[in-house]
Amino acid sequence: MELHADRTRCIGAGMCALTAPEVFDQDEEDGLVVVLEPHPPEDTHPAARLAVSTCPAAALTLRESTRPTA
Amino acid sequence: MQQEPSTTAPVTIPTQRTAGCPFDPPAGLAELRERDPLARMTYPDGHVGWLATGYTAVRTILADPRFSSRYELMHYPFPGGPEGPVPPAPVGDMTGMDAPEHTRFRRLLAGRFTVRRMRQLADRVQEITTEHLDALEGGGPGTDLVEAFARPIPALMICELLGVPYADRGRFQSHAHTLMSMDAAPEDRYAAMVGLQEYMAELVAAKRAEPSDDLLGELAHDSDLTDEELVGVGGFLLAAGLDTTANMIAHGTFALLANPVQAEALRGDPELASQAVEELMRYLTVAHTGVKTALEDVEVEGRLIRAGESVTLSFEAANRDPRRFPEPDSLDLGRRATGHLGFGHGIHQCLGQQLARVELTIALPALFERFPTLRLAVPADEVPLRTNMNIYGVHRLPVAWDED
Repeated sequence: MELHADRTRCIGAGMCALTAPEVFDQDEEDGLVVVLEPHPPEDTHPAARLAVSTCPAAALTLRESTRPTA
Repeated sequence: MQQEPSTTAPVTIPTQRTAGCPFDPPAGLAELRERDPLARMTYPDGHVGWLATGYTAVRTILADPRFSSRYELMHYPFPGGPEGPVPPAPVGDMTGMDAPEHTRFRRLLAGRFTVRRMRQLADRVQEITTEHLDALEGGGPGTDLVEAFARPIPALMICELLGVPYADRGRFQSHAHTLMSMDAAPEDRYAAMVGLQEYMAELVAAKRAEPSDDLLGELAHDSDLTDEELVGVGGFLLAAGLDTTANMIAHGTFALLANPVQAEALRGDPELASQAVEELMRYLTVAHTGVKTALEDVEVEGRLIRAGESVTLSFEAANRDPRRFPEPDSLDLGRRATGHLGFGHGIHQCLGQQLARVELTIALPALFERFPTLRLAVPADEVPLRTNMNIYGVHRLPVAWDED
């Protein structure tokens, strides 16, 4: 899985940091998204998917890997 | 005379809540959601626009920048609203702005309402909660939970965060209340706005003169906001913090008292609190309605919404959509309600939502812990409901408990 955040779209609502705290954080200064794990470990995938789908500003995109991750 | 089939004739917005169902949206909204989740609607001023009650329709429109939030473009959906065109948003009222104006304010503020920053306030919320549990207990059975508990906790928190002296609340609380009333007379609304602005202007002048390490103090010294903008955004944040979480605490308490099995589950499992708050947000949806206006022709779910047409978004109906939430009309704290629209969606999604979450996850369980025998002090049908307010809930909630 590969995650990408568009900080120009982000509004800093914090839904991703709330939903998948191992994967996303918010910048201390501007509150915008910080991707902690662009290639998140498998056990965080469900939370990461939920975070992407609930982002209010559609700032997150996700590409599922075509080959299995180690 | 020939009648149009009921499925295509424009409707008016259902506002009648069923007696004995204080937690349910007006019944007409559910019927409409089944029949026509994006329906034509006649507005009180004669405009024919739309009413969205389905989850997908509401969420889609909230996320689409081709729908504007500007007040002056909208038609007011409820009877008894302002006469004539709706005036533009006052300076600093972020809910009535589009990008890029909205982006400028949101960017200034988002960093101050992050998940982490709000969680750092948890100890203070706990302290304030304990103080007000003591006050409630001191008041004895029959005390109004709204006045003694639900209202002061978020009010104190937003005051401390902004740097507004809580002791001044006599100067802003009633104004904020008037601004939230759907049926306030225009002259009263105007007077409330002026009153709130006068108060904030004094405060902003003081913050400009002397630095303070609170939100308004910092904005007064580190931002490019003009005095007028600072007064406006300060009043907006204050009003937004006063009346929203307070209603979730009080109405959430009412809902838990009406669902004792759920209250028991919450009492027995502190881990359940976060999930419980999301479910209460979904189930109660106290911020029940929004309005957007199409800036250009937009197709949504196969319907063509024309430029200039207003769409009323029923968040409360969307959050009860069985296509999104199975058995939507039951309060089920075991449910994962993530994705609910209780804080809205899109670029205007609630700025203070992480503060609200911290307050609710602390205050509600603490209340049920402290008073294991908590109950209503009046029959449920005598609890006065906020049917005339932009934020739904209860006006008063007299509660009782067994005293040792």
